[in-house]
Amino acid sequence: MFTAIFGSVEQGFIYALMALGVYLTFRVLDFPDLTVDGSFVTGAGTAAAMIVLGYHPAIATLVAIFAGFLAGCMTGILHTKGKINPLLSGILMMIALYSINLRIMGFTIENSVGRPNIPLMNEGTIFSQFFSWWGSLGIDDTINGFLTSLGIQYVPKTWGTLVIVAILIVIIKFIFDWFLKTEVGLAIRATGDNKKMIRSFSANTDTLVILGLGISNALVAFSGALIAQYTKAADIGLGIGMIVIGLASVIIGEAIFGTKTIVRTTIAVITGAIIYRIVLALALRVEFLDAGDMKLITAFIVIVALILPQFFEKRREKSRKAKRHALRESEVLALNRSKESENLA
Amino acid sequence: MLKLNNINKIFNESTADEKIALDRINLTLNVGDFVTVIGSNGAGKSTMLNMVSGALTPDFGQIYINGEEVTKLPEFKRSKLIGRVFQDPMSGTAPTMTIEENLAIAYSRNKKRSLKIGVDKQRKELFLHSLESLHLNLENRLNAKVGLLSGGERQALSLLMATFTKPSILLLDEHTAALDPSRAELITNLTEKLVKKDNLTTLMVTHNMQQALDLGNRLIMMDKGQIILEVGEEEKKHLTIEKLMQEFQRIRGQKLTSDRALLSS
Repeated sequence: MFTAIFGSVEQGFIYALMALGVYLTFRVLDFPDLTVDGSFVTGAGTAAAMIVLGYHPAIATLVAIFAGFLAGCMTGILHTKGKINPLLSGILMMIALYSINLRIMGFTIENSVGRPNIPLMNEGTIFSQFFSWWGSLGIDDTINGFLTSLGIQYVPKTWGTLVIVAILIVIIKFIFDWFLKTEVGLAIRATGDNKKMIRSFSANTDTLVILGLGISNALVAFSGALIAQYTKAADIGLGIGMIVIGLASVIIGEAIFGTKTIVRTTIAVITGAIIYRIVLALALRVEFLDAGDMKLITAFIVIVALILPQFFEKRREKSRKAKRHALRESEVLALNRSKESENLA
Repeated sequence: MLKLNNINKIFNESTADEKIALDRINLTLNVGDFVTVIGSNGAGKSTMLNMVSGALTPDFGQIYINGEEVTKLPEFKRSKLIGRVFQDPMSGTAPTMTIEENLAIAYSRNKKRSLKIGVDKQRKELFLHSLESLHLNLENRLNAKVGLLSGGERQALSLLMATFTKPSILLLDEHTAALDPSRAELITNLTEKLVKKDNLTTLMVTHNMQQALDLGNRLIMMDKGQIILEVGEEEKKHLTIEKLMQEFQRIRGQKLTSDRALLSS
């Protein structure tokens, strides 16, 4: 149980990068971008392929991020220059990326052009490189020794993954928040808010949409590259339903933490991604549910996350109304009584 | 400052719905001119404004701003030089962003947008100072989302944002039409004040004849895509609604019947 939840928190931090990307398109740019399903695998495939080809994992990850950026820009160009509807632009890019991803992964073998998966079992990753340094610190033994002394039986093998992904996401979050407050960031947000207005303030909305989609998919690909290194494999099917998972994270987070400011919303999105992973891990522990049911559970979680807030809002509104009415009634009654007593006098 | 030379525009050309929107429009605004534009619905007032802003391009004819031809310049490039307030209070601001963030967007209109923080301390001072001039108590709500403001407040903010960088041309497109009379008056006064302060060259479309007479130093009347009447500075001082009506009748040889209600409302 503990190890399952521990693993989902680790993964949640990594998927949070993808959720931030989805937040940028869906909420900030108001552009329902379905490229995500493809660009996640682009990130995973590019990173895995380059690692197998012998590049440093850090460089492989950087190139993966850039590949995601390009994919997002393409969707933006299809929409702004090709005047294709946002949903369709994303779907077209997603389907095109499927083949492109097979080709990217195909670079690693000689007798075929495409390849559906790359195992990274014996390859060095960002994580393994970090562990070699982390292990020398001896922090794991200290924490686990402490936990066992408390009577907890199942301790994680290492705390290193959690530490590195948590630090990473905190850094990315600060950069993300900062970016949305810069002049360019403000213009991107205004583009999602009111295109007519931002155009009248000399901003090229086409460029801003393309840039926004690029950054979003760069984050998604970053997430994919890390997941490939975390699970030690890249697979062509990795991205299926990724957009729904991203949305689930955004919606869950927003429902719990609200959207008052950008800083708060990004915390919400990150936490949403972690909560989603935990809920999924718990759901999979139910007897009759199988790993294949994951997408069904995802759909279910999103539906619940969409409906529950409405339900609570309605109930809150009802109780507010009831309170107001009760107050008014007591006032009216008091008024009547005072009138009556005046009449009697 | 602004020169429209022989501007022509036909909508839905060579179809059954063909409509001459602008017909040989010639207009020159000198620095500091404040021209009010009146005319009935479909006279081409808004089309003319959209030509100047770059939202529409003329079929032929040229537009010059500060002596440079801008006919083919896309809207987002041209808007470096042009401030604009729309009729709908929702159009001029970004609702989910705060007042200070909206002002920051207006502030970087004539600069290249960079990765500098949009609202720094120095700019905040500046925003605060200019909001105080509105007397709407918005200076104490810098962090309020603009979507929470009333229509009048939003329009006042739009006006401030449009004039913030002292644009070469200010375009006002019936910017008080969607407000109640008292708010409309507030915005009208504010317009006068802001335009005077920076001596802005202004083109204002209005349906309200009284407003057209009260504001500005020149007036033009449009009908069926043409400028049918131009009133200069001296003449305008003595102009009344009645005289305008008679003038229209004389030129067009027909009474302003249905339009009258519209124009004098």
